Amino acid sequence: MAEINNQNIKETPKKVKKNGKVRLETSELIFKIISYAFCAIFAIMCIYPFIYAISAALSSRDAYYSGQVVLLPLIGTLNDGYTLGLEWGAFKEVFFDAGFWVSYANTLFITFYGTVWSLGVSIFGGYALSKKRLPFRTGLNFYLLFTMWFNAGLIPQYLNYLNTQEVFGAVGITDNRWMVVIAMGMNAFNVILLRNAFESVPKEIEEAAIVDGASEFSLLWNVYVPMSKSSIATVGLFYGISRWNGFFWANMMMTQDEQPLQVYIRDTLKKVMEEQGNTSDAIPAYATESMVYAMIVCAIIPIIIIYPYIQRYFATGVNVGGVKE
Amino acid sequence: MKTKEVQPISRETQLRVDEFEKSYWRTTGKKILKDWRLYVMLIPLILVFLFWRYFPMYELTQSFKLYDNTKSLSEMNYVGLYWFEQLFFGSYSDQFWPAFRNTFLLSFYGLLFGFPTPILLALFFSEIKSNLVRSMFQICSYLPKFVSMVVITSLIQLMLQKGTQNAPAGVLARALAAIGLVTDEAAREGLMFGPQYFRSIYQVSGVWAEAGYGSIVYFAAIIGISPTSYEAARIDGASKMQQIKSVVLPGILSTVVIMLITRLGHLMTVGYEKVLLLTTTVGGDLGTGNQSTAEVISTWVFKIGGMQSGGGGAANPSLGSAADMVNAVISMLLVIGANMISKRASNTSLY
Repeated sequence: MAEINNQNIKETPKKVKKNGKVRLETSELIFKIISYAFCAIFAIMCIYPFIYAISAALSSRDAYYSGQVVLLPLIGTLNDGYTLGLEWGAFKEVFFDAGFWVSYANTLFITFYGTVWSLGVSIFGGYALSKKRLPFRTGLNFYLLFTMWFNAGLIPQYLNYLNTQEVFGAVGITDNRWMVVIAMGMNAFNVILLRNAFESVPKEIEEAAIVDGASEFSLLWNVYVPMSKSSIATVGLFYGISRWNGFFWANMMMTQDEQPLQVYIRDTLKKVMEEQGNTSDAIPAYATESMVYAMIVCAIIPIIIIYPYIQRYFATGVNVGGVKE
Repeated sequence: MKTKEVQPISRETQLRVDEFEKSYWRTTGKKILKDWRLYVMLIPLILVFLFWRYFPMYELTQSFKLYDNTKSLSEMNYVGLYWFEQLFFGSYSDQFWPAFRNTFLLSFYGLLFGFPTPILLALFFSEIKSNLVRSMFQICSYLPKFVSMVVITSLIQLMLQKGTQNAPAGVLARALAAIGLVTDEAAREGLMFGPQYFRSIYQVSGVWAEAGYGSIVYFAAIIGISPTSYEAARIDGASKMQQIKSVVLPGILSTVVIMLITRLGHLMTVGYEKVLLLTTTVGGDLGTGNQSTAEVISTWVFKIGGMQSGGGGAANPSLGSAADMVNAVISMLLVIGANMISKRASNTSLY
């Protein structure tokens, strides 16, 4: 035993440099270099399209059509040559486009109320399901899980939403935005995530609160919610992002002036792609594509703004091991 | 067959059983009454799922009926498996099977390329010891996941757009032509319109959007491996590849299995939103855009089922529901099957 230990002690210093750092084997060094290179390339690939979108939105018409805009925005005309610079025409056009802002407001509306509604329902439901003493708990869990396995598909959902529209109309909710808020976006996975978070709150704290005379609602609000903050933030984030990005059903169910931002961008893109190459009489200083790029930039700005605050919650959201019941 | 003689239950026993059942229901009832607040909290959740998850399942029975928009679902005429027959062997089989094939291939390639990439990425991330550099790379790579499908597909379409006489092709198309992956001609004609490019575009953009975020779960697993395991392997003289094989892989195996089950379960679920947004209908060799490879079951259902505006008289919700039913049943069998196999093979199961 002592001999082996001695050997180890003897050998180990070989691998330690003077400054105390462990020396790397050749294979480890190569792998490290590959890692850095691969990660750097992947990270650049991931943000490049967005940088390009900004540059393309800020370039002049001739510069964009010359194909020389690759990384930074260029201005200038065909005859004068191109220089680095900013052409705000496309952004101005978007800025004064009333339809764009109407759709932006619709998206904000749907995102805010949709997140509040879905998160509220999930918190209450997840809390109740986290109680082991709840009768029919297994059945209720299955009721949720089954929707993750079996998805009825497009046509049944569409017919169902049409019926919903009718029923909502009959009770006086003719604004389809409310219908989208209430009927869409709930996700069994998120409820289960919250249920698991509530389950992991120590029972002693609950008991102490009950002794202090806390009711069920104050227990949830004052004990469970503060103790599961990060999970709630994660689920709220998931709901918020999916609401902000929602396109398909909004496109199907909403009238022109209720449409959210994503639908508006899609429609503009379609128009631009169809008109591609057709020169109109009044030639603006920017390319028509630049306008779409400008809209795209406007659409991702809110996500970029909240991004630094939300990214620390990412790891919480991927705990998949606990779906089991 | 020999049957056991059943003892007639005496009146007394019957009474006892009744009593027990009654008391069971009574105590359960009492429990519910005592915890009525919990049930009040549950009501919205139950209703939302009932109305907008379970009612569509009822609408799915449309696939056994003859659609008639003047009648309610229960009044429509029952036609049995007629629509399924039409799908599999009948007049729609030449549209259904290509869509089925496209769906399967699209998600199979998605699994093939989309599944290992995040693992690899996590492995590489874990190798970067500088926290600042690593978080910077990671944050950049998560970003596409949070951008909407419309923005992603718009960027794809713009960056791959076709060239005209006064404008060159999109920047990405030109880059691909420059490194020789596609010909200059193809780039000019528009990669979005060629059916042969659709699958690659779909997969590459899928990996681009998902891999960074998907790596988080593996990264967490790799970080969770004790450093002493590496140290032990190094002292034993293991090279990096050997360390990965005998330290890292066993450490993340259960995570990999769970993620694989999830992926297998979704093998027949293709993101219809993305496919729909990337489908082009005009141009290309046959003049039909990239439809021959981009048509998956859900987009075909979208067209045939009467959801597309201006679809006209061909709309047939019953047929669409039948295709939806096929897709849903296969998906469910895949989830359950994958779960069962993994339960038996590695004692890891998701549900």
